[in-house]
Amino acid sequence: MTSVTSRDLSNEMPSPRQLPRPAPPVGAPVRVTGAQSLVRSLEALGCEAVFGIPGGTILPAYDPLLDSTRVRHVLVRHEQGAGHAATGYAQATGRVGVCMATSGPGATNLVTPLADAHMDSVPVVAITGQQTRALIGTDAFQEADITGITMPITKHNMLVKDPADIPRAIAEAFHLAATGRPGPVLVDIPKDVLQEQTSFLWPPELRLPGYRPTTRPHGKQIREAARLIAHARRPVLYVGGGVIKARATAALRELAELTGAPVVTTLMARGAFPDSHSQHLGMPGMHGTVAAVASMQRADLLLALGARFDDRVTGQLSSFAPGAAVVHADIDPAEISKNRRADVPIVGDCAEVISELIDAVRAEFQATSPDLDAWWQQLRNWQQTFPLGYDRPTDGMLAPQYAIERIGALVGPEAIYTAGVGQHQMWAAQFIKYEKPGSWINSGGLGTMGFAVPAAMGAKLGRPDVAVWAIDGDGSFQMTNQELATCAIEHIPIKVAVINNGSLGMVRQWQNLFYSERYSQTDLGTHSRIPDFVKLAEALGCVGLRCEAEPDVDKVIKQAIEIDDRPVVIDFVVGKDAQVWPMVAAGTGNNDIMAARDIRPLFDEDGS
Amino acid sequence: MTTHTMSVLVENKPGVLARVAGLFSRRGFNIHSLAVGPTENPDISRMTIVVAVDELPLEQVTKQLNKLVNVIKIVELDPAAAVQRELLLVKVRADTTVRSQVLETVALFRAKVVDVCPEALTIEATGTADKLDALLRMLEPCGIREIAQSGMVALGRGSRAITAGSLR
Repeated sequence: MTSVTSRDLSNEMPSPRQLPRPAPPVGAPVRVTGAQSLVRSLEALGCEAVFGIPGGTILPAYDPLLDSTRVRHVLVRHEQGAGHAATGYAQATGRVGVCMATSGPGATNLVTPLADAHMDSVPVVAITGQQTRALIGTDAFQEADITGITMPITKHNMLVKDPADIPRAIAEAFHLAATGRPGPVLVDIPKDVLQEQTSFLWPPELRLPGYRPTTRPHGKQIREAARLIAHARRPVLYVGGGVIKARATAALRELAELTGAPVVTTLMARGAFPDSHSQHLGMPGMHGTVAAVASMQRADLLLALGARFDDRVTGQLSSFAPGAAVVHADIDPAEISKNRRADVPIVGDCAEVISELIDAVRAEFQATSPDLDAWWQQLRNWQQTFPLGYDRPTDGMLAPQYAIERIGALVGPEAIYTAGVGQHQMWAAQFIKYEKPGSWINSGGLGTMGFAVPAAMGAKLGRPDVAVWAIDGDGSFQMTNQELATCAIEHIPIKVAVINNGSLGMVRQWQNLFYSERYSQTDLGTHSRIPDFVKLAEALGCVGLRCEAEPDVDKVIKQAIEIDDRPVVIDFVVGKDAQVWPMVAAGTGNNDIMAARDIRPLFDEDGS
Repeated sequence: MTTHTMSVLVENKPGVLARVAGLFSRRGFNIHSLAVGPTENPDISRMTIVVAVDELPLEQVTKQLNKLVNVIKIVELDPAAAVQRELLLVKVRADTTVRSQVLETVALFRAKVVDVCPEALTIEATGTADKLDALLRMLEPCGIREIAQSGMVALGRGSRAITAGSLR
């Protein structure tokens, strides 16, 4: 336990400042409206930014918000943007992201970002207006049962029926969102509850008798895990996003170096372990490196830390890591043995788990320390034979991977990168080198196209000192690019690299591979300049740049880096036939991984 | 698949039933029966849920239920160590030709007649599902008009209570 506090945390995500705690004004109750009570509660919780759009039922809350000097409201163009911005903010800062919307369509527009935050365990609080209490259930104007609608896609939600409950509801929402396995919480407040006079008393008492997350791991399980590590010949540390959320990346590095075991970082964990580290094999899964995928298939021990054996990682479950014993550590007990049975289940916060594992492994190693030379020989062989790479398109067009790789190289590991969903997302995960936690923000679980721009906006607002680059696709970009107007007006100078291959690239890739090259409804026409992304950028108050040839790539990126007073959009016009490799086709096993088209490493046959 | 009885203590708040029922359907589990009622603590309700699932999915559904913020405690009740009861109201045709036969069955099953009219009787019976099934089989030939049956409620045998100390 003590090792956690003594470890250098300077590289970790900033610690949360938004947990409920006594904050001014403490003391006697003050007479206020429900709306004032809401804004005071947000202030007391240290909330510095709210992304939202006002409307009929949430109007009362926007009045005291105008006077708040501590809470900055960012007026977005679509509620989906507010939700993803809150997610980007939360992922970049480690604090709770807050979004606000009116009832009915405002609230239902939050459904996608809430589902997204739920799948990726992001601490987000959504505050929605609701029709007045007397009208609830009457199909009133802009009435939607948003607590009913969001029940399966939030960690928790609540309808506040008494203005006196507002401080407690907001404090509980922040507490639930940020602790245990983080997740989104929605608070629905009827308009008349916001208007009514009430008393504000801080701090409120949390009433959550059924909420007791387990953070402290079981000592016996830790010792058993350490014993398995000491006796493993082919161990793999399978690292998920939970390690970043637990601020345990420094501890992870210590554990990795102590054990000497290879590390794979999932899509949600890119940045949890430095890409430059010699023990890092890269990303596992459908588009993971051959070495990472093969290491898990051949492992005799998987040490899963804050990961959830997602189908995109395991491929066909029955043939996943057939020879591996599994130690599964996660703060959510429901993840353990959900998909793959764990031999050693550990429920706990990854920071505490890893810290205790280090001590236990050290003790075990005094008796036996494993010899991993043969394992590393095999791993290096895979790495050297099947490195990540790409070919230049035969039609002479710009290689999308090259553009992304150069962004990573020129912008560097101190920046934050967000992504939409599709080919560009996978290339950004593969070809940008991540060294720090929180430097890669994407939509992993839900796979939400349109995530990149609003998430970058939220990240940049939370970390204004850091360069924020949205790596987007021409399909994803067209779903949410209106938030660039928000960025321009609110002075949030993000960079957007549109990897414009003129089509819904990932779908096109599947049509190429699995549907006999019949390209049904995947040509977006963006190569015919509809829309013209440079003109669109300018129309939205941004600088628009275009790059169509390899020799210009560095120059354009440097030009974008120089601009800091406005958002910048670069239209990288790239070839449409580039594909994401390696690939484990959906429904097949990881042993069938294709390193590139027609190149199958053939793990089964040669026994390598 | 085997049948499991879960006794679930939940906060007595609006929407909790929807959360629990939604979770079962969302995760692909079928609720056999569900009964909700108050407990000795006005802030807490008890749901008795009967599900037909195998051991492993049961563990998963229990863990998922535990994640619901309003769920306070879950105990699986072993049928051998619990009292389980269902309530049955059944309206049976009971004209003079079969009335004595119906009344004999009622006495045999220690059931009660709770409403009478010239052509029919309404019978109240409590017991395990097996006993109530047997009663219904006996009444079937007389002509069953209508049935209302509750979900199962259950308590563990002995002096221990699962509600004790469940609120922090």
